Amino acid sequence: MRHLLSAGDLSLAETTGILDLAEQMSLVQARPVKKLPALRGRTVVNLFFEDSTRTRSSFEIAGKWLSADVINISAKGSSVSKGESLRDTVLTVAAMGVDALVIRHHASGAPWQVTQWIDAQVLNAGDGTHEHPTQALLDAFTLRRHFRRTAPGQIDFAGRTVAVVGDVTHSRVARSNVLLLQTLGARVVLVAPPTLMPSGVDSWPVETSHDLDAVLPEVDAVMMLRVQRERMSGGYFPTPREYTVGYGLTRTRLGLLRPDAAICHPGPMNRGLEISADAADSGRSRILDQVAAGVSVRMAVLYQLLGGEDDTPAGGSADARPRTEGRREAPAPDPRGQR
Amino acid sequence: MTITTTELLVTGADLLGRGRADLLIRDGVFADPATAGPGAERLDADGLVALPGLVDLHTHLREPGREDAETVETGTLAAARGGFTAVLAMANTSPVTDTAEAALHVAALGRRGGHAEVVPVGAVSKGLAGAELAELGLMARSEAAVRVFSDDGHCVSDPRLMRRALEYVRAFDGVIAQHAQDPQLAGREACCHEGEISGRLGLPGWPAAAEATIVARDVQLAELTRSRLHVCHVSTAETVDVLRWAKLRGIDVTAEVAPHHLLLTTDEVQGYDPTFKVNPPLRPAEHVAALRDALSDGTIDAVATDHAPHARHDKEHAFAEAAFGMLGLETALAVVVETMVNPGRLGWEQVALRMSTVPAHIARLTGQGRPLSVGEPANLTLVDPAARRVVDRSDSASLSRNNPWHGRELPDPVAATVWAGSLTYRR
Amino acid sequence: MSDADQRRPRGESPAEPATRPARLVLDSDQIQRACARMAHQILEANRGAAGLVLVGIPTRGVALADRLARAMSEVEGVDIPVGALDITLYRDDLRRHPTRTVGRTHLPLSVDNAVVVLVDDVLYSGRTVRAALDALGDLGRPRAVRLAVLVDRGHRELPIRADHVGKNIPTRANERVSVRLAEVDGVNEITISPGDDPVPTADGLELPDPVDGAL
Repeated sequence: MRHLLSAGDLSLAETTGILDLAEQMSLVQARPVKKLPALRGRTVVNLFFEDSTRTRSSFEIAGKWLSADVINISAKGSSVSKGESLRDTVLTVAAMGVDALVIRHHASGAPWQVTQWIDAQVLNAGDGTHEHPTQALLDAFTLRRHFRRTAPGQIDFAGRTVAVVGDVTHSRVARSNVLLLQTLGARVVLVAPPTLMPSGVDSWPVETSHDLDAVLPEVDAVMMLRVQRERMSGGYFPTPREYTVGYGLTRTRLGLLRPDAAICHPGPMNRGLEISADAADSGRSRILDQVAAGVSVRMAVLYQLLGGEDDTPAGGSADARPRTEGRREAPAPDPRGQR
Repeated sequence: MTITTTELLVTGADLLGRGRADLLIRDGVFADPATAGPGAERLDADGLVALPGLVDLHTHLREPGREDAETVETGTLAAARGGFTAVLAMANTSPVTDTAEAALHVAALGRRGGHAEVVPVGAVSKGLAGAELAELGLMARSEAAVRVFSDDGHCVSDPRLMRRALEYVRAFDGVIAQHAQDPQLAGREACCHEGEISGRLGLPGWPAAAEATIVARDVQLAELTRSRLHVCHVSTAETVDVLRWAKLRGIDVTAEVAPHHLLLTTDEVQGYDPTFKVNPPLRPAEHVAALRDALSDGTIDAVATDHAPHARHDKEHAFAEAAFGMLGLETALAVVVETMVNPGRLGWEQVALRMSTVPAHIARLTGQGRPLSVGEPANLTLVDPAARRVVDRSDSASLSRNNPWHGRELPDPVAATVWAGSLTYRR
Repeated sequence: MSDADQRRPRGESPAEPATRPARLVLDSDQIQRACARMAHQILEANRGAAGLVLVGIPTRGVALADRLARAMSEVEGVDIPVGALDITLYRDDLRRHPTRTVGRTHLPLSVDNAVVVLVDDVLYSGRTVRAALDALGDLGRPRAVRLAVLVDRGHRELPIRADHVGKNIPTRANERVSVRLAEVDGVNEITISPGDDPVPTADGLELPDPVDGAL
């Protein structure tokens, strides 16, 4: 893997490979010495243009348990307002000698742009309202374990139905999950009010619904998306109360779920809004498993990216030279991965 | 460089595709070729088409304020290289062209260092704030003789202000050039056509309806006020429908299309390259087809570049945060030849209308867009219809490099440009 | 990707004979006898099976560990615990190759205070064993660690020696020793094939990678 930008970049074999490796990595967490020497001498920078303690610390622990040197850089706030371009910020960081950049940015597509400017490997830790591939991987990891436990010996994802419920329009978690679940062979149903359904969703490889009650009985797993504060006043739905009645996983709705269905949420949760305490704390909730899976999955991804020989053109890991102009020939990333 | 010679004899040019003739240029006007002196400089135009010098209704020259991105001198040099002899300089400079003094300053910069006629566009509202009318009358009465007013970059969204502006400029035959974008439907963050691609890429969408709804309102205000409306950079099929309806009704509305909207589609933004971030955004292919139809049948009256130079660092942000706009002057005619002339959608006479005569008329420029006949001002573009090249963004007179055509093969039509009798560009 | 596959990118697979003829050095029976001998030696050195854990290094080391455990069970009448210890993440040459697939690590019980016998098919440079010792140290604190290999071909680069060796096979550095076991390869044999001309590297002469399987 050169970079991990989109969940759609991963083939079925690569995805399965990462999930299998993550299982091995998860064993490390149970050991007295939680450290593997695999990435000794490698430098990983967590470059976060947007706060996310959870994702950043998960990447940080993953890197450290693989013996990489991990540096956190917070570049919060609009670079436009600071007068420094994204390219300058990234070149500055890369010039310090970096093997991999883990980038979180509030603007969609920023990690793609960064790959045009530097030679370090780039890992997308969430870009705007676009993608969050490691979240999709850890969700898949959690679901696979759940499926294997509840129905041993069965095929992991084929024939399974996963509902993704809530603000799909603004959710990078939803986009990456749609891509990865499609690769894994699951059927995906997006459930949202029409105002929170992305434009062009008709051409996505999913089914859509505005009726959560009708969808819940048939799902093997339900992923509740967080409702961002700013959406509540954005006129996307009349009131939080109405949202909960229509699209929240309330205590009543819990009864519609099959007993073996999994409940997921990428966090942080708005308890009482998109998910009730009964649902979040129920035996079907896999929410804490998701958090635990984060480190294993990110270890697996970091190893896949950095565990092999340097594949930077100059053979140096700290190559911060600006790339030459005119890289239009670089293939346009297709975040849906199938067109 | 502007080279002035006493006499320039252009031989064998095909005048607007109507037939070959010689053109003599003396003292800034066309003269009878039979009277050419023996010392006349000769320009062999065999195989070239002669058009009246092109007029761009929509140029951002960035001076004053952002001389790192473009100056009047570099911008007009780019204009000359693109076959233009006149450009209308948009008002969103720093300071904004919202006073007679500011307009005079821009006009003076043009006279001093320009390679084409520089005509200031006045702001509609003070500081482009969309609240109060700028001093429209003083700008019109000044020596700059401003006739085109626009808050371009911003929409005059307040319907009452738009109505007053249209009414007010009627007194001096002015025109309001509207940047049609409903700021409620498509705010500043909207950076991609709202559709399948914006939904997939997670980019804030700019719905087509945000343009056509403003145009639908404005044509009715133009009818109400019996005034002149010009619609900038039409980008959607729906706007074309509204324009057709308004023109049928006899409303005094004109419209322009930018070259990039005639060829590039939303697909370009899939790589998140801010070079392709422009306002209004690139639209899907069905809109592009509708715009070509409208330009062909005259529903859209003119091609205007919306030449928008940006310093490199203003484009090297995340896509959503990068500046809007792309270069256009040097490649506008190439795109028109590629999309309209070569497929037989426009003849050379119509190209002259859409890119010279009509824009000059909309802007009430008396010395531009004139016939190529004796006694007329010698503004001339010589076009090589067959030449092609791969566009290289470094080969440009502009100070900026946000060239969306870089690496693409296009016609290379401009062979020479003559402005006011002087050769401003020769390949 | 299976463990067998991961050996392939760096040269011929054990299943594909080199262009020049390979010489058979041990056949199926000889391998079986060597295993039986090692099983006895291990029990003798440990004075029985008490506290023993056999830990194979994937892929063929695990198969060998299973064979040894079976042979020892027959003698002692008790089950000998067998585990697998993947050393990929402990290798010192990760940066010289495309990303390697990580195999499974599985230990039947805690290695604390156990006598761990590391089992591998071929001992060459010693780097694999070094990595295995590091990996083992992160998993616990065995009372003792011993090393059993089917083939010792020499050319050590680290101060490591085997406690139990099935067969010492002197080789040239550029020769390839191929161990094939029925569990993995469908056939039991050990062959030597002449390698290509040695390629000098920064570390001196090094041709095939000193890993079990394809040496």
